[in-house]
Amino acid sequence: MNETQVATAALPRLLRGVSFRGLAQLDRHLECHGPLPQLDGASVLEVAERAGLRGRGGAGFPAAVKMRAVKASRGHAIVVANGCESEPMSAKDALLLHELPHLVLDGAALAARAVGSDHVIVAYEGQNEDTRISLAHALKQRRAAGVDHVRFELFAAAERFLTGQETSLVSQINGGPPIPSFIPPRPTRRGVRRRPTLIHNVETLAHLALIARHGDGWYRAIGTNEQPGSTLVTVSGAVNEPGVYEIECGTALEQLLAAAGGPSGAIAGLLVGGYFGSWLPAAAAGEIELSNAALARHDASLGCGVIVALPHSCCAVAETVRVAIYLATETAKQCGPCVNGSAALARTLHAIGSGRAEPSAFADLRRLTGAVTGRGACHLPDGLAHFVATALRTFAGEFDDHAANGPCDACSAPALLSIPAPQPLRA
Amino acid sequence: MRIRVNPIKCEAHGLCAELFPEWIHLDEWGYPVIKPEAVPRALQAHARRAADLCPTLALLLEQD
Repeated sequence: MNETQVATAALPRLLRGVSFRGLAQLDRHLECHGPLPQLDGASVLEVAERAGLRGRGGAGFPAAVKMRAVKASRGHAIVVANGCESEPMSAKDALLLHELPHLVLDGAALAARAVGSDHVIVAYEGQNEDTRISLAHALKQRRAAGVDHVRFELFAAAERFLTGQETSLVSQINGGPPIPSFIPPRPTRRGVRRRPTLIHNVETLAHLALIARHGDGWYRAIGTNEQPGSTLVTVSGAVNEPGVYEIECGTALEQLLAAAGGPSGAIAGLLVGGYFGSWLPAAAAGEIELSNAALARHDASLGCGVIVALPHSCCAVAETVRVAIYLATETAKQCGPCVNGSAALARTLHAIGSGRAEPSAFADLRRLTGAVTGRGACHLPDGLAHFVATALRTFAGEFDDHAANGPCDACSAPALLSIPAPQPLRA
Repeated sequence: MRIRVNPIKCEAHGLCAELFPEWIHLDEWGYPVIKPEAVPRALQAHARRAADLCPTLALLLEQD
């Protein structure tokens, strides 16, 4: 390794070019990262594979495997850069699209080359007008400079929790509502306009843009063997400096909290992985490393990289009830077990939180979390059931107390976990 | 052979559980819960019948 490679192996990688003022400029991007190497499609696939790049939308699927599946499918492939995180506590994808659009667009152009496509659709959350302006500006600069061989198109996605779910996004781009569809067919075989469709999260693409420049050895120089490289996380709640951070995969959670200015008060619990994630006791912060292998031992995963430190001033029961109701109302209303089970879960939790629960409420919740898991076309019921089950485990005393005595003093505190306003499922 | 249900198509008619109770039972709302294991050869005719007679054709038979 020469000196420059050693220097760029350190963090930040993705966030190196963040400006935080004005629109992202192509010349500044090129100055920061250098030009995009003209790799052929096979080379892009190979370097992504050797780097061990995994998807950053939540599921962590190997990026190269997905690209190969699209390449192997019959028909003219299309690429979708998925910037619809729709996780209320996540800000990383919006930050990438707004501050670092060229990194995402570079990655999308590379992914297109890898699957033999000349058409990229960049999907963003339609309510974020700033994102559209930033992307439009970035694309105008790229056209003027003639850096791309692919055609870019912007797509404003709906404002729903399931908007970024792959088959839901395909449905929207095809002119339908933001609702998931049954698999098969996978979008890799038949997706947008019935063509083989590669859907990569925008952070995945941003990493690809740097891997193409610096190589798989550089990428693997940090992180864990199973989960190499860096990753973006959104830290909020009881920390002094909430925000989006880039960490080495496998970083100790305590170290991340320290990087985020340290705890701003006593922490009652931690939400890891967002609303499909896991509640963990505050004491776990000292023993948790932020890699999926380490988190799996705590029945958790990094998901979309959301970390929320719940302060003692907030009520874990009230926060859990609100999110459960939100998720239950975000059902696409297609699958019976989800429609019935999610509503029953939310209703039972709410009854416990307000001290009006039947004696069977906790047994009902255990039955319901089992009854909905794996029963929908998408993972909404699974995510909700896991969120609820980990809350019941982590805050068992608090739930018992609410069931017996009704709302606590902290129940009336302002909500920490944000709940977007309801949006119509069909316009 | 394994059985899967397309939960979007399924409307809880419940015929499948009547036709193939060895492999399918109904949950508290009337939707099918299916054993994930491979259906033994001796029972595969029942699986085919359940799939063929489902009013919404929501059952899929996936060959291993």
